[in-house]
Order: sequence, then structure tokens, then C-alpha cells
Amino acid sequence: MNSFITGTLFFVQFYGKSSDFAGRSRGIFMRHLSVLWLFIACILLLPVPGHAADDGYGYPIAGSYEASIIGTPARLMPEFPGYVRSKQLVLHIFPDRRIPPIFFYDDGLHCTVAYQKQKAPLVFLIGGTGASDRTPKLLTMMKAFYQAGFHVITLPSPSTSNFIVSASKSGVPGDLIDDSADLYRAMEAAWNQVKGDIEVTSFYLCGYSLGATQAAFVAKLDDDRRLFNFRKVLMINPTVSLYNSVTRIENMLKEIPGGPKKQGVFFNRMLSKFSQFYHYGNYVTVNENFLYSIYVEKLFSHDETAGLIGLSYRIGLGGMVFSSDVVTNSGYVVPKNRVLSPNDSIFDYFLVSTHLSFFDYFNEYLYPYFHKQRPWLTKQEYIASLGLRSIEGYLKSSDKFGVMTNENDFILTKTELDYLRQLFGERTKVYPRGGHLGNLEYSENLAYMVAFFK
Amino acid sequence: MTTVSRCRIILALMLSLSFAGCASTRVNTQPEVPPMHSISEVRDQSFADVADPWEGFNRRMYRFNFYFDKYFFLPVVNGYEFITPTFLQDRISSFYNNIGEVKNLTNSLFQLKGKESAKTLGRFLTNSTVGLGGLFDPATKFGLERHDEDFGKTLGYWGVGSGPYLVLPIFGPSSLRDGGGLAVDTGISYGIYTGIDPFGRLDDTYLYDYGIMTLDEIDARHQQSFRYYESGYPFEYYMVRFFYHEKRELESATPLPEK
Repeated sequence: MNSFITGTLFFVQFYGKSSDFAGRSRGIFMRHLSVLWLFIACILLLPVPGHAADDGYGYPIAGSYEASIIGTPARLMPEFPGYVRSKQLVLHIFPDRRIPPIFFYDDGLHCTVAYQKQKAPLVFLIGGTGASDRTPKLLTMMKAFYQAGFHVITLPSPSTSNFIVSASKSGVPGDLIDDSADLYRAMEAAWNQVKGDIEVTSFYLCGYSLGATQAAFVAKLDDDRRLFNFRKVLMINPTVSLYNSVTRIENMLKEIPGGPKKQGVFFNRMLSKFSQFYHYGNYVTVNENFLYSIYVEKLFSHDETAGLIGLSYRIGLGGMVFSSDVVTNSGYVVPKNRVLSPNDSIFDYFLVSTHLSFFDYFNEYLYPYFHKQRPWLTKQEYIASLGLRSIEGYLKSSDKFGVMTNENDFILTKTELDYLRQLFGERTKVYPRGGHLGNLEYSENLAYMVAFFK
Repeated sequence: MTTVSRCRIILALMLSLSFAGCASTRVNTQPEVPPMHSISEVRDQSFADVADPWEGFNRRMYRFNFYFDKYFFLPVVNGYEFITPTFLQDRISSFYNNIGEVKNLTNSLFQLKGKESAKTLGRFLTNSTVGLGGLFDPATKFGLERHDEDFGKTLGYWGVGSGPYLVLPIFGPSSLRDGGGLAVDTGISYGIYTGIDPFGRLDDTYLYDYGIMTLDEIDARHQQSFRYYESGYPFEYYMVRFFYHEKRELESATPLPEK
């Protein structure tokens, strides 16, 4: 699992978006952090500039990797209301659970709710791998739905440490059935917390990337439990098979010299390339102009770019592995029975965890855990259960599902894309470009999402 | 009470708060078992690493800042955002950003950057006049780009290394060099506040001075959307450390002569 994180997606959530900071970084207080995200965006920038094809679709970035990393330029996003009535919920899903001291800041599952004053439909939004409830992409979607008159609740991905610590029953993320049951429980708790304050006409569900695939499983669960009776479910850039998608991302690391085991060497080499570029160019600051020139000057080769995407995915995966190991006390990367204090250095665990591949995690941790729960399941069967094909009968039988994805989304093969088209028919919307999630915040895409639920 | 003693009390309070509860629940009755994967099997260069000999202290400060934000700073900022119309918030931000130009100017002069100093001076004069005392920022529209400078960068420019990573209480990620630079810049801006003394003719001068400085800090936090531990990533401390360090390394280095 944990596939689809690219550096930007991941790090932007630390530092917010450029538009928030344009020309405003001043002050004595922590101002440096404000533009730091640009740095990683720069590192990951791609070599080939794109040209908008003349096909009536205005999203400009042609390359799949580029689009995934750069996302949507601020000027191509819609205008949103300045003020959104919203608050953060802190849910105590397992009130008796003891939180490991290293996660002292985890006071419960964080969800964000935006609410209308009047009676309105409610949309639940599930982010992709590593997405917290306040990830910029989710917040953009939240604003779009809010503007269109919906209540919105955003949920963190089951792959985040917040979710693993506070809302995962097993503490072992990666299983679609279990993760979706955890999500459903969290949605129920969120709903219980707000239902006294807002009036809801009907429920909708939407997720992107891994969250899209989870949304399908959540909807299936709801068909039995009938708590929400989702009227429509939109899956944005879903993965058809988790295992296949992650394999493709893992392969991106294979092209670096020495392979993935030498990712540190690779990282440092890319970093010095980046620094030299900065110094020789006499740039004054790490800002949009600098970013643009990296893009134009093709600083990184195609393989290097792929390697950087793969590496940033590993950095995300490492966080998930470490969090799960601490919560379950499995002795995978942290010694079993060791209690880490908030002030202990955990840098070695960072290095160890990020050097593990998804296959390591799958073969040594995830599959053995579920094999114990479901001993009859072979590895092949288990892999097959981690995807949409395992519930295709259900997906076919219902017309509430829709899919929005891109022709050049690198987590899907041509066969998988055709499969989606065949499964969902005319409810499949495939844009000509956008890579993986690159066009999610583009105004036309946001308008399609809202229209799908209207 | 003098400012110094006031600061001391606040600092003592911070330290006691941040260390309280640190001697937390390290109760471990069962023997440790080595993990399946350990650092000994990693045969690779370390990466995203930064010199951090005071990590224990820094992690405590990082944690203190999280609590300080949560229980004090952010509630104050939220209250400010709630009672102040957005238009007014933006004017206030603009006003303080303009005052910050003085720090940018002094430091770009310290670095003998003629062209940049002229631009910054131009910005300051334009925004102070046409921009109605800094309430608006027409200079950017006229093509005068902002150049953020500070004394940490000045020191870096003249060859002073960053020194160990340092997380400052309230101010957040820094380094030994940048922390010192911050003190110098704060001194300069304090001098400016008292030097300009816009309320000098009034009796309660110091009240206004404090008010202006407090609002400055509130506005600065208002402009900064970073939240401690919000990423949902357990190695956030290291990511923040790395990005801070790299950005400063890039921006404070002596630029190479033009080719």
C-alpha cells in the first residue's frame, strides 16, 4: 500500500500552500518554515516542460510525473469564499487505549468539519496515503463542496500515524477490509459528534488515490449497516490493485545507481546538484522563480525524477511502518518492549524504516499478521483481496459509483484503466492528462466532482 | 517590573512547563528483544541529516512549542481572527511587513548588496507613502520584489557557519547562528519601535509599545500556517529540521561571483 505519495503532496501538508504565503513572509516568528515546502518541490521537479494539447482540456501540464508533483498552479484553481464555517473534531474512538509516550501529541483522531447553517447534504472526504484531515488537497475539495452548499467532513488516511494510533483497531494499516471498517467507525463517531448541530438531507462519499479505493469498501460496508445510505460515491484516481500500483512505484527506485539500498547516496547527490544549481544561478531565495527555472533547465534526468518520486514514497512508507510497529509492539524496527519517550532520538528508526520496501512490509509484517487472522488465505489470494476486483460484483450491481481519473496516471496500467471504464461505464470520467492527482485542484475537475453529486 | 525580569519569569515558566512531564512513563518491566531490522543492516549514507548535538533539548522545545501553541498562542490568534474583519487583518499584516523592511534593509546593507538595498529602500518608501503607511503593498505591483534578510543571513554571508540546530521556545526552528541573529534583529526592531515612538506624546507610551509588539507577534503567527505535529508523520521533527537547515544554507551562503 502506501503508494501514491509524492514529495510535494506529502510535504505541502507541513507548510501549507504557496498562495498562502506569497509575498507575506516577514516577521520574527518562524517565518522560514513558510516557504520550506518549495524546497522539496524543487528537488522533485521534473525535466520536461509540458505543453497544453489542443483538446479542449485546460489543465496545462502534460507529463505524468510533472503533473503529479507540481499539481495545479494557483491561478487555475477556482476562487473560494474567504471564510468557511469549520472546526476540527477530536474523536476518541478507543477511549481506553493507552497512547505510546512518543505519540503524546495524539489526543484523538482529527477530522475537519465544514458546516452550513441550513439543511444540506453531507460529503465525507478520504485522502490518499499520508494525507491528514488538513492536507491542502482535501481542504481545496472541502472548500469546493462547501461553496456548492454541502456540509463536509474530512478524514485522515488510515496510513497516517494519527489514524494508526487513534482509530485503527489492529494498528496494522494496509488491509482494505480492516482499514475501511476503521474508517467507517471513525465516520460514525464524527457523525455522532456533529449530528446535534447540523441538519443533513443525504450522505455522499468521495476519496482520492488510496482513499478512493477505500471509499468503495466503505460503501460496501454501509450497504450492510445502512447508517448513511450513501447516495453517490466518487472515486478519484483510485488504484485497481494496491499491490500492482505499489510495485510500479517501487520500480521507480530501481533505476538509481546501486538500487534502493543506496537511496541515501542518491538523495545526497541530488541535494548537492540542487544546491549547486541554486548557487551558480545567483538566486536570492528559494521561491517560485527558482522552482520555475529548475523546471525549464531540466536539472534532473527522467530516471532521477522517477527515483525522487520513489524515494519520497519510501519516506512516507517509513513513517507508516514505524508508527504501526510502535503501536503494536511487534519488534519490527523498534526493539520489542522498548518504550520510546518523547525526547528520545528516533533518527536511526527513520533510516531503517525508509530503507524498507513495501514488499518487505508486506511479506514480513502485513501478510503474516493477516495470515494469523485468516489462516486459509494464501498470499496470492490476499494480494487479490487488496483491490477493486475483489468486490467487482458489488460495484457492478450499484449505479451510485463514479470514477474520475487520468489517461496518464502512473499508478494504473492501460488494462486497469480499461477495466475501470468497463466496470463503471459512462460514470467513468478520464481526463487526457494530470498524472496522479495533479489536476485534482483544477477548476474543471472540482466542478465535475460537485456536479457528480448534484 | 523591568522587561528583563519579566522575560526571565516567562522563560522560567516555559522551561518548567516543558520539562514537567518529560520524565514520563518509561515503565518497562519486560526485557527488550532486538528488532527484525536494525541500523546495522543499513549500508548507505545517512540522509536528511543535520548536526543536532542538543537533540534532547530541541525535542523538548519542539514539544513545548506545541503546547504553547495549543493552549495559548493559537487560541489568541483564533480570537484575533474571529473579531477582526479579513480586510483589516490584511492591512495589519501589510503594516508589519512594511516595518520588517527596515530589518531587510539594514541587513542587506550589512551584506553590501547595493542593488538589493536600493530595491528594499524603494519598497519601504513606496509602501510607506503611496501604500498609506504600509497598509497596502503597491511596491510589489510596481515590480519591486521583496528580499527577506536577517542578521543570521548576514553572518552566513560573512562566512559564519550555522552551528548546531536549535529549536527556540516560541520562535521555533533555528540554529546557534540564527538564534544569535534573531537577538540582534529583535534589538534593532525594538530600537525602531521606541525610536519612532508614534505614541510618544501620549502618557501611557509603554502600553502602546507593548500593544504594537504583541499585535506584531499575533499577526506573525496569523500569517504562518504551520502547526506542530499536524502532519501525521512520526518523523516530522527531522523533516522540519532538514528543510529549515537546507533553506538557510542555500540562502545565507556567500553567492558566487557572476559568470
